[in-house]
Formats: sequence, C-alpha cells, structure tokens
Amino acid sequence: MKSINYKTGRSAIILGLILIFNLGCERDLTDEAVPATFPNTAEIFTDTPVGLTDDFFISFDPADGANPQAFNTDDDVAYQGTTSIRFDVPTPSDPNGSFIGGIFKDRGEGRDLTGYDALTFWAKATVTADIERVGFGADFEEGNFVVRQKVPVFTNWRKVIVPIPDPSKLTQEKGMFLISTNSTSNNNQGFTIWIDEVKFEKLGTTRLTGAQIFGGQDLTQEGFVGIPTQLDWQTFTTNLADGQNLSTELRPNYFEFSSSNPQVATVSEDGLIEVVGLGETLITASLNGVMAQGSLNLNVASVFSFAPVPTRPAENVVSLFSDAYNDIPVSRYNSFFEPFQTTLGGVVNAGTETIISYTDLNFVGIVFNDVIFPAEAVTPVDATNLTHLHIDILVPEALQAEDRFLVQLTNYGATESVGSFLINGSDLVQDGWASFDIPLSSFAGLTDLSRIGLLLFNTSNASNVPTISSVILDNIYFYAE
Amino acid sequence: MKILKFIKKSYSIVLLLFLGVLVFSCNTDETQTVATFKKLVAEDNFDVEGAPDSNFWNIEIGDGSDQGIPGWGNNELQVYTDREENVKVENGFLLITARQEDFNDAQYTSARIQTKGKVQQLYGRFEARIRLPYGKGMWPAFWLLGDDNNGTEVWPNIGEIDIMENTGDSPTEIFGTIHGPGYSGGNSISKTFTLEQDRVDTDFHVYGIEWGPNYINFYIDDKLYNQLTPEDVDDETDGEGEWVFNNRPFYIILNLAVGGNLPGQPNEETIFPQTMLVDYVRVYEQ
Repeated sequence: MKSINYKTGRSAIILGLILIFNLGCERDLTDEAVPATFPNTAEIFTDTPVGLTDDFFISFDPADGANPQAFNTDDDVAYQGTTSIRFDVPTPSDPNGSFIGGIFKDRGEGRDLTGYDALTFWAKATVTADIERVGFGADFEEGNFVVRQKVPVFTNWRKVIVPIPDPSKLTQEKGMFLISTNSTSNNNQGFTIWIDEVKFEKLGTTRLTGAQIFGGQDLTQEGFVGIPTQLDWQTFTTNLADGQNLSTELRPNYFEFSSSNPQVATVSEDGLIEVVGLGETLITASLNGVMAQGSLNLNVASVFSFAPVPTRPAENVVSLFSDAYNDIPVSRYNSFFEPFQTTLGGVVNAGTETIISYTDLNFVGIVFNDVIFPAEAVTPVDATNLTHLHIDILVPEALQAEDRFLVQLTNYGATESVGSFLINGSDLVQDGWASFDIPLSSFAGLTDLSRIGLLLFNTSNASNVPTISSVILDNIYFYAE
Repeated sequence: MKILKFIKKSYSIVLLLFLGVLVFSCNTDETQTVATFKKLVAEDNFDVEGAPDSNFWNIEIGDGSDQGIPGWGNNELQVYTDREENVKVENGFLLITARQEDFNDAQYTSARIQTKGKVQQLYGRFEARIRLPYGKGMWPAFWLLGDDNNGTEVWPNIGEIDIMENTGDSPTEIFGTIHGPGYSGGNSISKTFTLEQDRVDTDFHVYGIEWGPNYINFYIDDKLYNQLTPEDVDDETDGEGEWVFNNRPFYIILNLAVGGNLPGQPNEETIFPQTMLVDYVRVYEQ
C-alpha cells in the first residue's frame, strides 16, 4: 500500500467525473424512435468555435482540481488559419488546479453525427507527451461518450483521430469534444498543447476491427436475484489508414447486449445487468455487427439473503453504511483512487435496501474526511469514545487458501496515522455472510481516533497481487460496546 | 494457349454495359483509356463450391523449396497447402485464408493458386474483384508470371507483372509492379495508388491491367493510375533493362503470403485467420 500515493493523486477526479456523469444518467425513451432532424455541422473549432455554448470551454469543477485558467485561444499559433486552442497543462502543485479538463458543448439541441466516422483535430505540444484523455460525447447529461487514452502529441502538428464506433447511434449529440490531462506524461513538468481544426469527418479509411467487454475476459461470477451488476471495461479497436490499431473506451449503450437466459438476467441498453431469476446465463455483446470479446457467465444459485439486521442501539453507533441506522455523510463509497485502483462498483440497490458490491478488487476506500477530496469534504469520525468497527462481508466466489482482506483505518490528525487489521480468507464464507466486530485497539498503528476519515479494503497479497476479486459488504459502523 | 471457358452471349452483353460505365466514368488522363479490351475469353466466377476449378487453377503447395526458392524467394513465413482451411470456393467467392498454426515446421499456413498451362496468354486484360485481408505481415497479391518454356528460362528473364500487391499495414494502398532483367526484386518498377476515403479490406475493388505491345496499363476500379512502357524501363534502368512483355504468354497467380522481406513479420496485433476474398477473375482480349 505504501507505493500507492492516492492522497496526491487528484487526477483521480478525471476518471471519477467521467464515470459519474456518464454512468449516473437515467435512460429516456429511446432516441431511435425519433427521426434525426438535427443539424449535421461538422466543424467544432476552426479559427473560432462553431456553434458551441457561449462559455466555449466548460471546465470540470475547479474544486476537484481542474484548472479553468489553463484554457485559451492563441492567435500566434495555428495549424490552419489564424487561431488555435491552447492548453497550458499545469504541474501538480499549481494553485489554480493540477489538471486541465473540460468539454465543448453544442449550443443547440445537439448535432446529427450519423454521417461521420471520426472526430479529428490537429495537435502539437512544446514537448513530446501524452494527452491523458480525449474524445467526444460527454455533455454532463446523457452523452454517448467515446474516449481515447494516452494520446501522444509531438512538437510538430499531427492529426489525431478519435473513431466513432457506430455513427447510427449519434442522432443528437451535444458533447462535441472532451479533453483532460495533467502533466504526468512530462514528469510533472508543465507544458503547452495546441489543437486546431477540430471537427467530425467521414474518413472512410477506418475499420472497426474488434470490441471488448470486461476487458475481453470471459468472466464467471456468482449472482444473486435482486443484485444487479454493471457492465464494465468496454472498449473497441479500430484499424487506421496508417495500419495503427487504436483501443478506445466507449459508453456501454453503443453495444447490443444478449443474455442467453433472460429468465435469469436481463441487460439494459446502458449495460446494467439485472438478476431476475435462478439459473445460469451468459451475457455477451456486439458492437455495430462485430461480436465483442469477453463475456459474463452468471450463476445465480439463490435469492440474495441480507446480512443479519444490526441490533445495537442507535445512540451507541456511528454508521457509515447501513439501512438500520442513519448514516453519517460520506463523500465516496468507492474512492476511485488513481492510478492503481482497479476496484469497480459501489452502492447498489437490492430490492428496497442497499448494499455495497465491489468487483475487480485490489483496493478501495470509503472516504469520509476533509483532506483527500476537498471538494467533497465531510467531517471525519471522532471515535475517541467508540470501541469497535462492525462490518458484514459476503464473498460471492470460491475462497482460496491465500485469500485475504485487509481492513485499514486512517486518522487525519496533526499527523496522519494508519492502522490495519487482517481478515484471513479462512474467516470468510463463500456465498454467505461473515460478521466482524473488530476492536479499534486491534488496528495496529492507529494512535489517534479523533479524526478517522478513511476505511480502506485491500485484498492484495504480499506480492501486491489481488486475491479476492469481488465482495458484497453491508452494515459498516463504529460503535461503543 | 487454348482458352478453356467460353462465354454465353447474354452474359457478355451485361459485361459490356458494365464496361461502358467503367470507361465513361474515367477521365484520369486523356492520353490513356481504361479497359478497352472487351472480348471476354476466360473467367472464373467461383460459382462451384469446394476446391478451385482444376480446369482453371493449379494449387501450389509447400514453402518454395521444391521450386528451389525456400520462403518463396522473399523469406516468407507461410507454408502453402491445398486444404480447404486455406483455399476453397464458398458462397460465390474464392477464399484464400492465412492461419497461424504449426504446420510442417512453419508457423503459418496459406494458399497460392495459379493457371500455368491452363489459362495463359500474351497481351490482354486481366482483372479480378478482390477484398483483401488486413494486419501487419499480410501480403496478398494478384499477379502474372511469364511462361518459363518448360523450365528452360528463369526469373526475372521470364518477366513478372504484379497487377495488385498490398501490405496489410497499409490498408489504403496498393501497388502495381513489373519485374524483368535489370529491374527485379528491390529494383522493380512500381507505382503505389492510395485510395481516398476507402480501404482495400472493407470493400471489394476491381484490380486490373490492360496489356498490349509495348505497354501495360494498371487500374483500380475506374481509375487508371499507371502506364509502363519500354521507355520507362530504359529511364529506370539507364538503358540496362529489357522489356520482356512482348514475346511470351503469362499466367495468373493469386496468393496470400505472410511475413517476409516486403511486409515484415506479423506482430502481436495481427489477427488470424485473415482471408482474401475473390469474387471473380476475368481475362479479355482486344
């Protein structure tokens, strides 16, 4: 864990935001029922913005570290014409914010992009470096995002292509452009990126060559009736005219999903897998006629049974997550720490109750402090008069001898102190609840209990290899015995 | 050389109409014309399922060692077979498929078919409609070799006309080439054509030459993109090269090579299997 510098990793916000604003949306009635009647303007920026909102560059929230001052236009540099867009990529210590990130948005009702196959622009930079993320389709509403990662930029002008995986889905798109980067790729030294001639194009020279869900892996998971799971790690690959193969992230709703047994699970347009019955089903997907690599074999052996209902009197409890108590304000039930955290998931609805479901585990935090994410500051827990941490854990997979589940508390006092308690796999139960009441005094190293603000779970072994890959948690609370 | 296939009259009318479109929609260069040879003398439309028509095609197998050129003279990695996994006719197309598999000490298998002794002629229009594979290391070709007079003459003296070649890492480029004495291998005379807003592996394209005394015209679809003449050979070789395309019949070869000097090795991103689809091969006389 020492190697994971999540406190200064504010670039976590970049991914966090993208995930939040895209996955957090609700679906309306299908757009496909409405004929496309929106303008098909291709240009986004030539020497001036074309048909964009008045604010032009809509920055991610400065409170999250985004640096709105880093965006400008530049009349001295242009690939074509007179003017380009200039991003001065900040250093991690920049008081105005440690990364540039934001979108260009159509000023109208959106554009019909069905006639194009790529977003293109020209880019150069003061040094050879990477733009961490660039794409289109993010509009802080319901955009069909497509995002390329780690796009190299050079000291001369080069054309950048972000392919459209299925143009027929883009009948009314507002998110014209997205960029987000920090200076990591330049060893945390600031640098400048210019971009110009941003537009949608019909190249005719790109080929969709593959698609992947679950990172292209064929997964097998236990499922429970009533506990949904979200499709993740979806990408597509494109072969370009120069022979280069690109891998690009995209929103799940570009895919067509299939469940071999809809009596067991169904998949929503946006990739939410709802478990509705007992049995086995195979979830697969295709993208624009291309069968996706990767699948989820879901074995549903039982209706979800909830953890034992807590009985401790509320006045003795400070609850982080439980339907039995009023929870204190928590900023994140999934920390999304970058760049090393792989854990996905978080709070999910299970009938009328809620549980926490994590998948792709290595480590994940429940964040309830005023230090790590200042924009989401909440008051840490003063546990000076509390004695125990309670947690219920269900492991929906076969347990192995070396499995472990490390529980770690961090106190944000004058100095930071961290205490750990190790739960061995032998104390956990496959497909069943194991309840733990851990004395706070057992968290070796936790010297101060007055400002506890982070509860971290880590399944990695001594070689930093994750063991347990998915867990379901409930009833996480501190109490006084 | 006797031509083995005769064309039904009604069919050739349809073809002529099609050719008319080709001709009239082409205005690349007023001194040149595309596809003026209209007398169809041989064709394979790949309408019979199974192995390629043995009246038309020979299947060459092996790694070139039997021909005295291991790696087919280019350090190619594949071994050619006559198995249906590598060559077959299906749904109206010829499929030549390159696979990654251990076979006779090679890592890849593929196929190469040719018409030596079956369909060959001096001059004419040779045309095929093909959809190509893609990926680093792929090297498909539609080409002609001069008859070797029962093995008494050797390449490059017999001449080679590469109607279409492509490397899989350049999916928008094809090239047409001639080889002869004084201009062969890396010194051959070649021209690359780049497709606009299109690729060779997502759509079928018509690749052809029209070849007469002292000229070979190269075209793709309705675009004539090169003409080669003895003067070009003189220019390219400082007068050393010899035009060898006026005195012998040539036969057709279709193959899909993997790796080798020209395309380079396949890499971890190359997806196998890869298939070259041929809709038809046609030969015309003036």
